[in-house]
Formats: sequence, C-alpha cells, structure tokens
Amino acid sequence: MKRRSLFYRRMVEYVMRGISLLVLGISLGGMGWILWTLVTHGISVISWTFLTQPSKPYGVENAGIANALLGTLYITTVATLLALPPAVAGGIYLAEFGKETKWGNLIRFSANVMMGIPSIVVGLFVYAIYVIPTGSFSGFAGSLALGLIMFPVILRTTEDMLLLVPDSQREAALALGMTRCRATLSIVCKSARNGLITGILMAFARVSGETAPLLFTALWSNSWCTHFFTSPTANIPVLITEYTTNSPYAAMHAAGWGAALVMMAGILVLNVGVRWLFQE
Amino acid sequence: MSDKLFQTFCWLCALWIPAVLLVILFRLVGSSAEAWNTFGWKFLISCEWNPVEGKFGAIPAILGTLLTTGMAIFLAVPLGFLTAFFLSDVPPWLGKPLSHALDLLAAIPSVIYGMWGLFVLAPIMQKYVQPWMLDSLGLRYLPFVGKDGNGFGFFTAGVVLTLMILPYISAIMRDVFSMTPTLLREAAFGIGCTRWEAAWDITVRYGLRGLLGGIFIGLGRALGETMAVLFIIGNVIRVPSGIFDSGTTIAATLANHFAEADGLMRSVLFALGLILLVLAFGVQVLAWYYLQATKKQRGEA
Repeated sequence: MKRRSLFYRRMVEYVMRGISLLVLGISLGGMGWILWTLVTHGISVISWTFLTQPSKPYGVENAGIANALLGTLYITTVATLLALPPAVAGGIYLAEFGKETKWGNLIRFSANVMMGIPSIVVGLFVYAIYVIPTGSFSGFAGSLALGLIMFPVILRTTEDMLLLVPDSQREAALALGMTRCRATLSIVCKSARNGLITGILMAFARVSGETAPLLFTALWSNSWCTHFFTSPTANIPVLITEYTTNSPYAAMHAAGWGAALVMMAGILVLNVGVRWLFQE
Repeated sequence: MSDKLFQTFCWLCALWIPAVLLVILFRLVGSSAEAWNTFGWKFLISCEWNPVEGKFGAIPAILGTLLTTGMAIFLAVPLGFLTAFFLSDVPPWLGKPLSHALDLLAAIPSVIYGMWGLFVLAPIMQKYVQPWMLDSLGLRYLPFVGKDGNGFGFFTAGVVLTLMILPYISAIMRDVFSMTPTLLREAAFGIGCTRWEAAWDITVRYGLRGLLGGIFIGLGRALGETMAVLFIIGNVIRVPSGIFDSGTTIAATLANHFAEADGLMRSVLFALGLILLVLAFGVQVLAWYYLQATKKQRGEA
C-alpha cells in the first residue's frame, strides 16, 4: 500500500472536485450555447406563413416548412405503427418467457447489436431492399428505416419496464385463475403502462430528428406529401440539411435555422411533457 | 391453448430481431459483391480514391472514422466520469435538475449539432482556437497535428462528437455511481477516504462493467454518427495527415456520394457501409467478450 500525505490527498480531492464542476459547466454551457444559437438565428424567420406554407425554391415569396412538418409527422407515425406491435410483443417474450433461456439471451444480444447499428447503414439497407425494387424514393421507405431503428429500442424498453413489475402481481393474477396471456396483458402491462408510454414516446422523439437514414429513403421535395408510398416526401431533418449545406443563400440558411428551432421545440416539449405527465 | 399461442406469437415477434440483423448483413454483402470482386481484399488497404478511373480504396474513410471516434472517446470518457462524479455528490435538489438537463442534451438531433458546428464552432476554431494552439502552444512542430487549420476537419468534428456522446456516457456512469452499494462507499469514508478516492478506488472497481458499457455505447454512437460530422469534416477523401486536417469518415462519404452514385461506385459505397457495420458489430462483440472473460476476475461468477 502506497503512503500518501494527507496534504496531497486533500489537494487531489479539491482539484478533482473543481475540475468536475468545470466539466459539468462546459457540457451544460455547450448545450445552452447550441440552444441559444438556435433561438437567436431561428426566431426571426418564424411567422404564421413560415409554419403554414409549403417550402419553395429560393426566391419565391411566402415559403414555409409546413409540408416538411407534416411529412416528418407522417413518416415518424407510420414508423411507430410498424415497429410498435412486434416490438412490444417481443419485449413481453423477453420479460415473461425468455428470462434466462437460450433464445432469450440470443434475442437480447441481437437487440443490443441492432441498437448499435449506425443509422446510416439502416438507410443503405432500406435503399437496397425497398427503394431499388420499387424504383423510387418514398416516405414509406423512410418509415421503414426509422421503424427498424425504433424496433430494438422499444423492445428493450418494454422488457425493462415489465421486469419492474413485482412477481407478486403475476402470482396474484394467476391465482385468480387468469391465463398467462390474460395476466400479462391486463395486469402486468397495465401496471407498467406509464413506463411503456414514456419509452415509446421517447423513441418517437428520438427518431423524429434522425437525418442520415432519410437521406436515401424519403429524400426531400417541395410538394405536399400526397404520394407517401411512391414519391419523395418532404421532412424537416433533410430540409435542414439541404438548406444549410447545399445552398449559398443567407435566406435559406435562416430558414434552416427556423426549421431546426421548430423541430427542437417539438422534441423538447415532447421530452419534458412526457416526463412531467407520466412520472411523478 | 391460448397461452401456448400467445407465447409462440411473442416468440415469433422477438425473432424478428436476429432475423432482421442477418438480412441486413446479407443484403449489404450482396449489394457490395461487385466491389469485392473488382478489388478483392486490396480494397481494405488501398488509399486510392479516383471515381474517374474507377479506382477505390477504403483506407481514407476508415482512418477518418477511427480518428474522429478515437478523439471523441478520448475526450468524452474523462468528462463523462467527472460529471457523474460531481452529480453523485451534490444534494438532490441540485443534482436532479442538472441530470435532467444533461439528458436533454441527448435529445438534441445530430443535424442541429452539425449546423451549430458549421456556422458557429468552425469559424471560432478557425479564427481563435486553432491559431492559438498552433502558434502560442507551439503544436505545429508536433507530428500528427498539421501545419495550419481552416476550422473544418477532424479536430472540430471530434469536439462536436464529444459534446454529442457525453450525455450518453455520463448517464450510464451516473447509474454506476448510484448502483454502488452505499455500504461500500460508507466503509471507504469510514477509513478516511476522500470522496475522490471513494469514487476512484471503490466505484470504478465495483462498477467497471457498467463504466465499460457506457464507453462502448458512446463508441458505437460516435462510429456511426453522420450528420454532425458531415457538415464539418471538410469532405476530402484522402488519408489524414494531422488532426487539424480535413478529411472524411465512412458515414460522411456515404451521405455525400450515395445519392448520385451508380454501378461500381454504388457497390463500393455499400462495401463501405458493410465495413462500418462490421466495425460497430466488432465493438459490441469485443465488449461482450471482454466482460465474459473477466467475469471471474471481478468476482461476478
């Protein structure tokens, strides 16, 4: 055992605490800086027209982002509808039937690996299996990609939430003569309801800002999303990318900031609201 | 009867996960077959990237990915540990809101980090930080730094990535701190340990598994991050000469070139995607293998 003087140990203690405070300040300061930039750059372009008019090419009057907002809502909602049923059922399997089993461990490991797949690779995959065969970019392809990203996330959240329900509740339900199926659905899932809804909405919020998988699937357009299954569909993240990187005009950059501010506000409201509503 | 049906149904739904994983892998292998047939294993060690002559190599993109990821992990792991250390010791009225604020940092979409990096951070790097580091600190005489910086490149991308993965790492490390048994920590305080010593000698050993899990999650996110890097990496496909150099990563190359690529080039990009997938997969397997191998040593078996 190495001997260290009390003075040295105290110094280390104070220095480390000082540095840790500084570091926390840096990370929260970074966040504040990003949000502040968003607000100062974005607030000036936001108006009723901006929120209700579709996007238009540079120079056309009264351009907005309404089609992209609606498109993002469509794409993300369809993705959730696709991923939700199998993900929740799979989570039920892991929590109720697959606790220390071979299948359970295999599926758990695969879900962890799948959560680690870079989102852009999922985009490539959907491009290969859906966009090439159907011959066109489409909003539905974007939904497929986002759905694949949500799938393992919701599955693991469901498992975690169901495992929090005490076994005594399961036993009580079974003792009343319920079938396993009935007990799981109407007792276990019901007590875990708040956690489940929180997890699903968090996953929704997370994928609504995903950009990379949409670049090769939903792509981007200036029209309203009337052909969700057959043609490129406008969405906020790709709109931001297009406006900031592929356009030299300050007006387009400003519109990009505005769109980013709207998206960020939506995600923050969803995050904070869900926490406030469903947790104590 | 209904139970059996219900259980089988759930099992089938869960089986989608490994099935989809395999399909993704096979599809990427299938789509990149042309590239592998044309270049063979040389693709993995070639530095060339010349679309006009149809010559492609993966080294610039792979090195760029490893460089940005390495930098982000190098910065974010100590930062994440220190924030967790600080938050584990403050009273709840202060710690709770601060933790929630850090969690919100994770909710910011990566494209916004990218925008911020492009319009705010890169100019500052160019005007103030990089000249200061190069001239005042004399870093320009070191190898692997580069002679001048234009604000874009690996360094700026690494900083933005650090900020991005910090909340993930910090959240998991916070859990590790709170899961260390109070008894152990109190015992440490009882024999006169300072808070830092309790954290460093007790929590780190007790929660190594969790800490590593946090690091690997951050690593996975940094590896595949596209948008935050795409905007500020400079997008030049060449082997990086220093950390202030511009370059590219696998994900950025894909995002930049995939839309207009066809034929051999598209196949090459699929091959890059496959490499990225294998890297991410490798990180997971490595983490899992390490934890299995050291289980006994850490007294968990």
